[in-house]
Amino acid sequence: MSEDFNDNKTIQAQSSEAISGGGSGIASDADYVRPAEVADQDLYHGHSFITKWIFCQDAKVIGVQYFLLATFTGIIGLILSWLMRLQLGFPELVPFMTAEHYYQFVTMHGMIMVVYFLTALFLGGFGNYLIPLMVGARDMVFPYLNMVSFWSFFVAVGVLLASFFVPGGPTGSGWTLYPPQAILEGTPGSGWGIMLMCISLILFVAGFTMGGLNYLITVLQARTRGMTLMRMPLTVWGIFTATVLAMLAFPALLVGALMMSLDNVLGTSFFMPTILKAGEVLEYGGGSPILFQHLFWFFGHPEVYIVALPAFGIISDLISVHARKNIFGYRMMVWAIVGIGALSFFVWAHHMYVSGMNPWFGFFFATTTLIIAVPTAMKVYNWILTLWRGNIRLNTVMLWCLGFIVTFVNGGITGIFLGNVSVDVPLSDTYFVIAHFHMVMGIAPLMVIMGAVYHWFPLVAGRFLDEKLGKWHFWLTFLGAYSIYFPMHYLGFIGVPRRYFEMYDSPYITSAVGMNEFISLAAFIVGAAQFILIYNIIKTLKTGKPAGHNPWQACSLEWLTPSVPPEHGNWGDRLPTVHRWAYDFSVPGAKEDFITQTTPPSEVAHTKVEKT
Amino acid sequence: MSDIKIEGYEFKPGFKGMAKDTGSDQTMFKGVHWGKAMMWIFLLSDTFIFSCFLISYMKGRGSTIIDWPNPSEVFGLHVFGVDVPLLLIAIMTFVLITSSGTMALAVKYGYEKNKKMCGWLILATAIGGLTFVGMQAFEWSKLIHEGVRPWENPFGAPQFGSFFFMITGFHGTHVSIGVIFLFIYAYKTFAGHYDEGKRGWFTSMKGDYVEIEILGLYWHFVDLVWVFIFAFFYLW
Repeated sequence: MSEDFNDNKTIQAQSSEAISGGGSGIASDADYVRPAEVADQDLYHGHSFITKWIFCQDAKVIGVQYFLLATFTGIIGLILSWLMRLQLGFPELVPFMTAEHYYQFVTMHGMIMVVYFLTALFLGGFGNYLIPLMVGARDMVFPYLNMVSFWSFFVAVGVLLASFFVPGGPTGSGWTLYPPQAILEGTPGSGWGIMLMCISLILFVAGFTMGGLNYLITVLQARTRGMTLMRMPLTVWGIFTATVLAMLAFPALLVGALMMSLDNVLGTSFFMPTILKAGEVLEYGGGSPILFQHLFWFFGHPEVYIVALPAFGIISDLISVHARKNIFGYRMMVWAIVGIGALSFFVWAHHMYVSGMNPWFGFFFATTTLIIAVPTAMKVYNWILTLWRGNIRLNTVMLWCLGFIVTFVNGGITGIFLGNVSVDVPLSDTYFVIAHFHMVMGIAPLMVIMGAVYHWFPLVAGRFLDEKLGKWHFWLTFLGAYSIYFPMHYLGFIGVPRRYFEMYDSPYITSAVGMNEFISLAAFIVGAAQFILIYNIIKTLKTGKPAGHNPWQACSLEWLTPSVPPEHGNWGDRLPTVHRWAYDFSVPGAKEDFITQTTPPSEVAHTKVEKT
Repeated sequence: MSDIKIEGYEFKPGFKGMAKDTGSDQTMFKGVHWGKAMMWIFLLSDTFIFSCFLISYMKGRGSTIIDWPNPSEVFGLHVFGVDVPLLLIAIMTFVLITSSGTMALAVKYGYEKNKKMCGWLILATAIGGLTFVGMQAFEWSKLIHEGVRPWENPFGAPQFGSFFFMITGFHGTHVSIGVIFLFIYAYKTFAGHYDEGKRGWFTSMKGDYVEIEILGLYWHFVDLVWVFIFAFFYLW
């Protein structure tokens, strides 16, 4: 009974709005939006528990599934980093920590965090949840394929984690998996470990391809009426471009992983040169280890932007909403995202400056690398200009946004150091590199994820996260992360090499001992601080403040669903019609400080809203 | 396709039309079925996979210090007392290209709702693909019989065997997957699933003749890739 009543009320409210809206009282020509080109999407509605929550075809549930599994894997990566820091800060304290284990933890930490945590979380998690909602679709265009995508990811994670329990343990060749050492005896996990890693990566790529096709076609072909590409929120632009990168970069990883598996299992020599071991010539010969490096980094560098571009997009939306201002230079932001994406395919060999390449080659890649700084800097300036004179709400989301900008600039500047061949060569394989990439593609995207979680949790769960706990979480993470990575730059300058299990009695490095202890303690605190978020989520899921409709007064479509949290099919009976971009905040003359994307021009005729 | 009509939307020719479509709402590729757009993008991704394979092959062939075997000898057949270079491969390529032709006709008859012709042509395509895979199996077993292995090669550089088996194997897998789907689609066509819009067993989406065109795109792609593999392995 009560449900029926509610339905009636919403319909009445809608129709009264349509009649009384606008100055003239009748909808003007400007309100006209072309009729739908495609028939409404045909959806499979699950009925049982299994089809509704496990093998579910609803992109929102799949998004949450991706989010949870990626977070679970990320926590394993976090625990591995604790174990590494334990060894680095307090060598020989833990009896079971051998050099082999250390290398295995380094490898698994890197691979998990980059691929199975950040990529899966941004594209699989946020992509699935937000793309259909933000472009006004009922669901992803191929819901079944989308479901298979998640379960491939599930199996990939299973295979990856299984490598902890096979003879020899997981591979310890570093996350770059460079041959020949990755598959030679003496490297931990050279048999089973590396094989399972390759299989897991291949499964991940296969699963991701299925998801990626969904994201791309949903954005290109399934937008709602009135939603042009240049009216999409930047979140969608970021995820879309990152998906394009992934579709073109993951093939190189797939090929590399496949060839390495064959080298390992069948004894081919794609990557294996002639090798003398203890005076004996091995069976291998004639292959090229550099070839793997090219394949790996042709994937590996776009991968950085696969993580960074969704973060750029999401942060733009968060800043705009919580500064109550339109994003500064929307078109510039879009083209910067596209430009960074395109350039990211021409910089991969800057990871290989010390592999013995032709200096002219290095010169080319240094140039392209530094050119990327241009669109990136544009984005940073635009974020700052969006904040400038904004009506800033200094809540937890905004704190994460500010934290992101600072951290990203920090990591970006060290990137300019490392992009130059002559500066990179002495800094290569030191802690400076570790500090750089953790700042720019570890902590910075993580801050975006955190901000996004605090921002969209009210949509997903219908309740706010606790602000007080959120602020504790932010400050501990922010200050703690700087305590970890600032000193690492110094460690790099004094020449502490990365990936070393222990420094033993290196006299030049005595000043590093105390610093390493400090970094480790900070790392323990920052890691532990992340559990505040988990506690916060569990606590507020039942008892948090109810959020209601559009709690942040945002303009974009995901907040305008008939029910919160949105149901399967997202939009009830009628798909939304879009009349403007997602950033009409604080428009002069408007009743409120935001105009939603679905508001027709006749309703805001007296305001100074721009045509978008 | 110029015969697409969309209510309230005026198509423009050339670059301006492309810009207009891109800037418009709802869809970027007007009137293009979702599945068709998906297949094109998937094929772009798959192109990168095969490119990585072929570039790796060029790099491997370029950097090995042992001589590469002469393709006309290795791939030659001895028939009726004469050595004919590239005989088998010529037949294989001919069969595969022909199957692309039958596929294209199947798409045409599909859109004309000519169930019978469409079904038979899909079946012919499937049999062409199956013949190709069979001949490839014959070629593989001949080479294996002569001592070529992924890790060694009596005729020269061991990388020859590695790349040959890997790349033709990967392509053969593509063909085999295509053949399986062709048989399924032939059945579905004969059973009238596309006429009545019967829902798919897995996806529960309504069947439509456009599916045949989507499979056709895949099939033509597999053929095109074969042309490159043919050029790089057999003619270089």
